[in-house]
Amino acid sequence: MEEFPESQEQLSGEMTASAIMPGHAGFLDPNGRMGMRRTILKAAAAALLLAPMIGAAQAQEVKEVQMLHWWTSGGEAAALNVLKEDLSKEGYAWKDVPVAGGGGDAAMTALKAMVSAGNYPTASQMLGYSVLDYAQEGVMGDLTEAAKKEGWDKAVPAALQKFAVYDGKWVAAPVNVHSVNWLWISKPVLDKIGGTEPKTMDELFALLDKAKTAGVIPLALGGQNWQEATMFDSVVLSTGGPEFYKKAMNDLDMESLKSDTMKKSFDNLAKLVTYVDPNFSGRDWNLATAMVIKGDALMQVMGDWAKGEFVAAKKTAGTDFVCPRFPGTDGSVIYNSDMFGMFNVPEDRKAAQVALATATLSKSFQSAFNVVKGSVPARTDVPDTDFDACGKKGIADLKSADSGGTLFGSLAQGYGAPPAIANAYKDVVSKFVHGQITSSEDAVTQLVQAIEDAQ
Amino acid sequence: MSSVATTRPVLTAERDEGIRPTVRSRLQEALPKIVLAPSFAAIVVFVYGFILWTAYLSFTTSKAFPSTNWDGLRSYEKLWRWTFESSPPSSWYTSITNMGIFGFLYVFFCLAIGLGLAILLDQKIRGEGVLRPIYLYPMALSFIVTGVAWKWFLDPGLGLEQTLHNLGWTSFHFDWIKNKDFVIYTVVIAGVWQASGFVMAMFLAGLRGIDGEIMKAAQIDGASPLQLYRRIIIPLLRPVFLSAFIVLAHMAIKSYDLVVALTSGGPGGSAWLPSNFMYEYTFKRNQMAVGSASAIIMLMGISAIIVPYLYSELREKSR
Repeated sequence: MEEFPESQEQLSGEMTASAIMPGHAGFLDPNGRMGMRRTILKAAAAALLLAPMIGAAQAQEVKEVQMLHWWTSGGEAAALNVLKEDLSKEGYAWKDVPVAGGGGDAAMTALKAMVSAGNYPTASQMLGYSVLDYAQEGVMGDLTEAAKKEGWDKAVPAALQKFAVYDGKWVAAPVNVHSVNWLWISKPVLDKIGGTEPKTMDELFALLDKAKTAGVIPLALGGQNWQEATMFDSVVLSTGGPEFYKKAMNDLDMESLKSDTMKKSFDNLAKLVTYVDPNFSGRDWNLATAMVIKGDALMQVMGDWAKGEFVAAKKTAGTDFVCPRFPGTDGSVIYNSDMFGMFNVPEDRKAAQVALATATLSKSFQSAFNVVKGSVPARTDVPDTDFDACGKKGIADLKSADSGGTLFGSLAQGYGAPPAIANAYKDVVSKFVHGQITSSEDAVTQLVQAIEDAQ
Repeated sequence: MSSVATTRPVLTAERDEGIRPTVRSRLQEALPKIVLAPSFAAIVVFVYGFILWTAYLSFTTSKAFPSTNWDGLRSYEKLWRWTFESSPPSSWYTSITNMGIFGFLYVFFCLAIGLGLAILLDQKIRGEGVLRPIYLYPMALSFIVTGVAWKWFLDPGLGLEQTLHNLGWTSFHFDWIKNKDFVIYTVVIAGVWQASGFVMAMFLAGLRGIDGEIMKAAQIDGASPLQLYRRIIIPLLRPVFLSAFIVLAHMAIKSYDLVVALTSGGPGGSAWLPSNFMYEYTFKRNQMAVGSASAIIMLMGISAIIVPYLYSELREKSR
């Protein structure tokens, strides 16, 4: 009869423990572990039924962060490890929320399911408008206290705060700032064909022609809609200038979207696409980067995560590759940013969440992480000593763009408009690149229509 | 004492026999219902419940999350408008025309190749036991594996074209998988490759089920082999055609993974099927209402095929 010695009280205590922390039931045991173990099975069954009701009845702090992210590839995982170690020094365990499929889309679907079920992770890697979407649903936490203490208001660029702060409350911790208006040029190939870094669109086309005659693939492009749209972001900025970019791509001003400047931008894109190899459709971005790294192609237009690939291939900025801004966009930065969205977790998990957010925005992590990732720190007061030439340029550009008002959200990356519109935009650009839409006039009409449909 | 002692057991035994069989038989009667109840409840909630839920969502303003704000037929109006936007093609237009092309070619070629293989295998050839599983084997693969394998095989820079170029046939050109107008046909190729062996097995079973006497009688009457197949055997296979058609048609409509694995949507989304459209709009484009509406239209499409089939099946049974 030894199986049933526990009092009712003890049983309910256990139900709470195992409901809140599956696998950590021993943590709260006041009377020794033996009785505990035996009732877990019984309690687990009860807990399944009772879990929603007693979810809030926990007082003891849980020293664990549950993290949903899709940084699993070599460089990214290594970068994230810095954060894991920082947290474990403070005594917080790190638990990845498993995502089948691994990509960002799969992760966002998993997150949607978790949040709909009321099962919030401590934090999730998120992009731009999706943070605001979730904040609107009222499921995000509040980090304002930590933000005040750490001075985030001053250090984080205002453009980023638009996504990290909702209704006056900090709901996300930005991890980095990527910018997308870069050219990644192979230095050996550039020297071989005797070219120089282009400063204008015309110089760019001249350089691409030069590469073509030399028998090198001039432009490495992955024919997936987000890559094409990412390149088009830069084309629009270059063709229309900063004012126009902001009006068309961030404010979604219909007149600008219909304008001749927009048509000109599509024409420039069409011209750029003539320089890609015939096999580009469907190629992943990192394979396109690899073409530049190997010297098969002259250049790629891509965000600075491409630098992570160069670094991983042991290439040095300045000698093996150069990184000018996309011609005609010097002085402006089209950004996107990875953020850790912080969810409204139960009280007992709040301390771990604050620790995670604080560690994420600490100067040491911001520097260490972004050196590996290829991006630049999300706060402007981090010293650039550890960064390479491209990184230093990126940090300086971000600072000047932030103060000069030329820091714009990338529409392709979901920082210019909500996802429904960003995806409609990507569809139109992609259909234009692949020939379903045959003229720039059609493209402009389609773009306006698609954006209207998505609103 | 002894009489009491002897009668008692008899009495209890009688009473037991009077009660136990009824309890047991009641239990026996109820058992199938008890066993089926959980799965029945699960199906009611998770299949039919969610069909209703999806139908409801398609009339709301749902975007990233389900919402209950009534919006009438707006999502259907959008789909209806997109149905006729052929130049430049809307994503929905692409999806439904692709469905037509893919559905027709996939079913047709699977039936034709399956029947052809079955007839050839039915010629009492040696090694049938080895050949049959070889043709059937692709069916054991998941669509994802098929998709990835064919993606590499059809990729001009990696697969067939590159190999033939390396062998010296440099004028060979086959880039369908990168071509917006032809990419859907690569989905047909991979799909047919996967399913035709299975259809062959169905036809083979049908052929084996035909009475040998009929064929002998036809041969005695002087029917040529061609006539034999055209006039006698293939008409006798009608039920197999119907079953194969139903299996293939619903596989065609729910094809999603093959398109994703093989083409990741194709250049500019030119390989989308309605299922891809539904997923993209619901989960990636934050237009859940439009996605739900497209799901309902797909359901109606499937019903248009399945309901007549069920009707004819049930009618035949009751006869």
